[in-house]
Amino acid sequence: MKPFEYVRPSTLQEAIDLVVSNPKAQFIAGGTNLIDLMKHGIAAPEKLVDINHLPLKKIEKRDGFLRIGALVLNSEVASHKRVLDKHPLLVQALHAGASGQLRNMATVGGNLLQRTRCPYFYDRAFPCNKRVPGSGCGALGGINRMHAIFGVPVKPNPRSCIAVHPSDLSVALSALEATVWVLGPRGERQIPMADFHRLPNNRPEQDTTLSNGELITAVEIPDAVFPKHVHYLKVRDRASYAFALVSVAAALDIDQNRIKTARLAMGGVAHKPWRLFEAEKMLTGQVASETVFRQAAEVAMQGARAFEHNAYKLSVAPNVIVQALKIAAGLS
Amino acid sequence: MTDDKPDDPTPPDDGTFFEMSDRRLFLKQSLAVAGLTLTPFPFLKTAEPDSDETPVGNAEKVRFTLSVNGKKQQLSTDPRTTLLDLLREQLGLTGTKKGCDFGQCGACTVHVDGQRVLACLSFAVMQNGRKITTIEGLAKGDRLHPMQEAFIKHDGFQCGYCTPGQLMSAVSCIREGCANSEADIQEYMSGNLCRCGAYPNIVKAILDVKTGGQNA
Repeated sequence: MKPFEYVRPSTLQEAIDLVVSNPKAQFIAGGTNLIDLMKHGIAAPEKLVDINHLPLKKIEKRDGFLRIGALVLNSEVASHKRVLDKHPLLVQALHAGASGQLRNMATVGGNLLQRTRCPYFYDRAFPCNKRVPGSGCGALGGINRMHAIFGVPVKPNPRSCIAVHPSDLSVALSALEATVWVLGPRGERQIPMADFHRLPNNRPEQDTTLSNGELITAVEIPDAVFPKHVHYLKVRDRASYAFALVSVAAALDIDQNRIKTARLAMGGVAHKPWRLFEAEKMLTGQVASETVFRQAAEVAMQGARAFEHNAYKLSVAPNVIVQALKIAAGLS
Repeated sequence: MTDDKPDDPTPPDDGTFFEMSDRRLFLKQSLAVAGLTLTPFPFLKTAEPDSDETPVGNAEKVRFTLSVNGKKQQLSTDPRTTLLDLLREQLGLTGTKKGCDFGQCGACTVHVDGQRVLACLSFAVMQNGRKITTIEGLAKGDRLHPMQEAFIKHDGFQCGYCTPGQLMSAVSCIREGCANSEADIQEYMSGNLCRCGAYPNIVKAILDVKTGGQNA
C-alpha cells in the first residue's frame, strides 16, 4: 500500500479544505470499501482525511423529514426506533446488505459512495474504464453474469462500462425519494437520490454527481406514506452476505386494495439504483393483483439488454419485481 | 424532537496524542510538500481547543492509545497498519486470525467498544481511544466464556482457524438480539465463513447459550 498522510480535522470546513487543496486526498469514514481498494492498489490517496469525529451522527425528526447524519452507522439506522416504525423498507435493505460486522462499521454516507464490485475493476491485470479511463472494459468480452442490463450502450465503445452499483441502501433510498445533503467548497446543496448516482456514459470513473471536496452530510427521507406495504427482495448467489444479482425495493400506498402511490427501484441491474418510473405510473390507481404486477414488470423491463452471461437477469428481474410487489401488497 | 446518541465520547484526557515519532524523517519528507503538510496544523489546533490533538503524519509512525483487553496501551505505528496487523504483529495477539484480509471471511472479528467489527478493514490509528476486545480477552482468567464452553460442548469447529472470529461474532449476535432462532443465527452469523462446514454445530452452540440464559 502506498504511504499516506493521516489527518483528523476537527471541523467540517477543515475536512473539506484539506481535500480541496489536494486532489490526491480522500475522506475516510467506515473504511470498509476504501481500505479494501487501497490494499488492492486501486485507490492510492496521498492523504487520508479521517472524518469519523465530525458531528454527523444524529438521526433527527424534522418537519416532514427524517434526517440521518452521514456518519450514522448502518446498524444504528437499522435499529433506530423511528426508522423501524416509519421506514421499514430501509431496515430491510440494510439487513440485506453486508454482514453484522460490516454494518457496525459502514456509515450511511459511505454506503452511498461504495464502488462497484465488478471483478474487472478489482483485477489490475485487466483493462477497466472505471479504474483507468480509456483502457477498455474487461467485462464486455469477459464473464459478465453480474453486470448491468439497464443504461448500457447499444454499441459498446472504448470507454464503455457495464458495472453495477452494489449498494442495497441506495436502492431503498431511491424508492423513498430521499435527498442527499452535501457540503463543499461552494457551500451546501441538496441532490435528489435519482440524480446522485450517474450512468457511466463516457465517464465511468465518475460514480456520482459529487464534485471534488464535496462531503455528504446527511440523507433526508420524506415522512413515510409507506410504513406498511413495503418489501426489499434481494436475489443473490447465496442466501446471505453476497451482492445482489437483482434486488427490488417496492413501496405501496394502498387504500382498500387500490394502489394510490407506487415506488419501485432495482439494484444489481445498472450503474445506479434503477427507478422504475413507468411501472410506478402504470400501477397508480390500479387494484393490487398479480396480473397488474406482471404488467408493471413488463413495462419495467422495456429497454433492458443483456450480454453473454447475464441474459438470465431478463427473466429473473421481472419475477423479482412481481414477487416484491406481491409481498408488499400482502398477496403472498 | 432529537433522538440521537451523543457524538463520539470525549477522547481520553491523559495527554496521549498522535505525533510524529521520527521528526528527522518527517522533516526530510515534508520538504517537498511543506506547504500542504504544515499549513493545516496551526489552524487545526486552534479550531477547537477542547478536542483531542490532531494526529499528523506521513507514512511515518503515529502515536495513539488503545485499550486492548482491558489494558491501556501507548502505541506507535505506520498509519497503513490495520488493526488486525497491529494486534497480531505488534501486540502478539495472534488469536485473531487473518483469513482473507479483505473483509469477506470474518476470521478477524474483534469487538470495538463492545461491537463486532472486522479488524482487517480498519486502520489501527482510526481506533484511537477505543476499547478493543480480542479472543484473548473473552475468557475470565482460566474460566472460559460460556460461548467457548458451548463451542466445545457442541463441537463447533474442526480445524479451528475461523473459531476466534466465530466466537467474537457469536457473542455479539446474542447481544444484538439476533439469536432467536436457527434461521436468525444463520442470517446474522453469515459474515463468518467456515470452510470445514461446522455451521450446524456453531448454530447449536449459539442457541444453547441463548436459551441457557447465560450472559454473552
